[in-house]
Amino acid sequence: MSLFSFFKKNTTSAPVARERLQVLLAHERTIVGGGESDLVAILREEIMAVIAKHLAVPQDKVQIKMDRGASVSTLEVDIEIPAALTGLRPAA
Amino acid sequence: MAKVLVVTSGKGGVGKTTSTAALGAALAQSGQKVAMIDFDVGLRNLDLIMGAERRVVYDLINVIKGDAKIEQALIRDKRVETLHLLPASQTRDKDNLTDEGVARVIEGLREKFDWIICDSPAGIERGATLAMRHADVAVVVTNPEVSSIRDSDRIIGMLDSKTLKAENGEQVEKHLLLTRYDAGRAQRGEILKVEDVLEILSIPLLAIIPESTEVLRSSNLGAPVTLGSPNSAPARAYLDAVRKLQGETLVEVQKQRGLFSKLFARRAA
Repeated sequence: MSLFSFFKKNTTSAPVARERLQVLLAHERTIVGGGESDLVAILREEIMAVIAKHLAVPQDKVQIKMDRGASVSTLEVDIEIPAALTGLRPAA
Repeated sequence: MAKVLVVTSGKGGVGKTTSTAALGAALAQSGQKVAMIDFDVGLRNLDLIMGAERRVVYDLINVIKGDAKIEQALIRDKRVETLHLLPASQTRDKDNLTDEGVARVIEGLREKFDWIICDSPAGIERGATLAMRHADVAVVVTNPEVSSIRDSDRIIGMLDSKTLKAENGEQVEKHLLLTRYDAGRAQRGEILKVEDVLEILSIPLLAIIPESTEVLRSSNLGAPVTLGSPNSAPARAYLDAVRKLQGETLVEVQKQRGLFSKLFARRAA
């Protein structure tokens, strides 16, 4: 141990473990054992249905991602629409 | 009527068999008639921890297949005469472990014993689900370590959904047994604290078994720690656990559920 590491602020790993577990288990409890309660799968299916009603976008051009954080989670929907479908000319 | 207790964890190596032996011996010493069943077909170890490895003649699969009567297969402990062990099979295929077979064995034992302790194998496969199937009470063995806690959470979800009690709309009484706990390291923030584990898993605490060389020493000698070294810290914690299991007043006030567990109530139903 060097002199510097002795003075370095003591970083504890237990709080990190605690937070990681809380986020992970909140997620796992909704999908494991509950059967059909996978929120992301349901959202993906319904979002795709809505898009298909209005735009003929291929399935693989729609990306749906969920990022779970401790306090805030984000749902990211990325739809790549071919220019032909919008009827608009690309911006100059 | 006997109480069926399952000792389970999901993760391997956290102390299920050690705890089964220690709790079983302590219960038997208090005068209760105890039968311990090893469900780990193919990887049995309860016989070894109990020091009975050279006395195994028949096993659980023999009883299920009708090759032996349950009385022939039960091994009576030489130190505590109300303590009995039904070993798992080391050689037979675990497909022989059937739902009806296990139900028959448990029903037969219920009439003759006060406690039936099922030592679950690790994992969530058939051996583990059958070990918990008939449980009235569950002891969830957990180390203060992320993978053990995650697996325990999964097992708690299964206790709430895959057991006979759960299917009949009742609840298996669940207890947390925190093993290999080093209070000094928890204090220094190196491992999770008791409070953290309790808040995450939100089941009541049965006991904290401190990390101790006495546990390994007793295993080496083929004695449950509660018999081999009854005055050691881990043995005293197990004895305390047994008193709680027998319904003596709980010393700790059950911890209030934290915000986290309120927000994310376990949903597996």
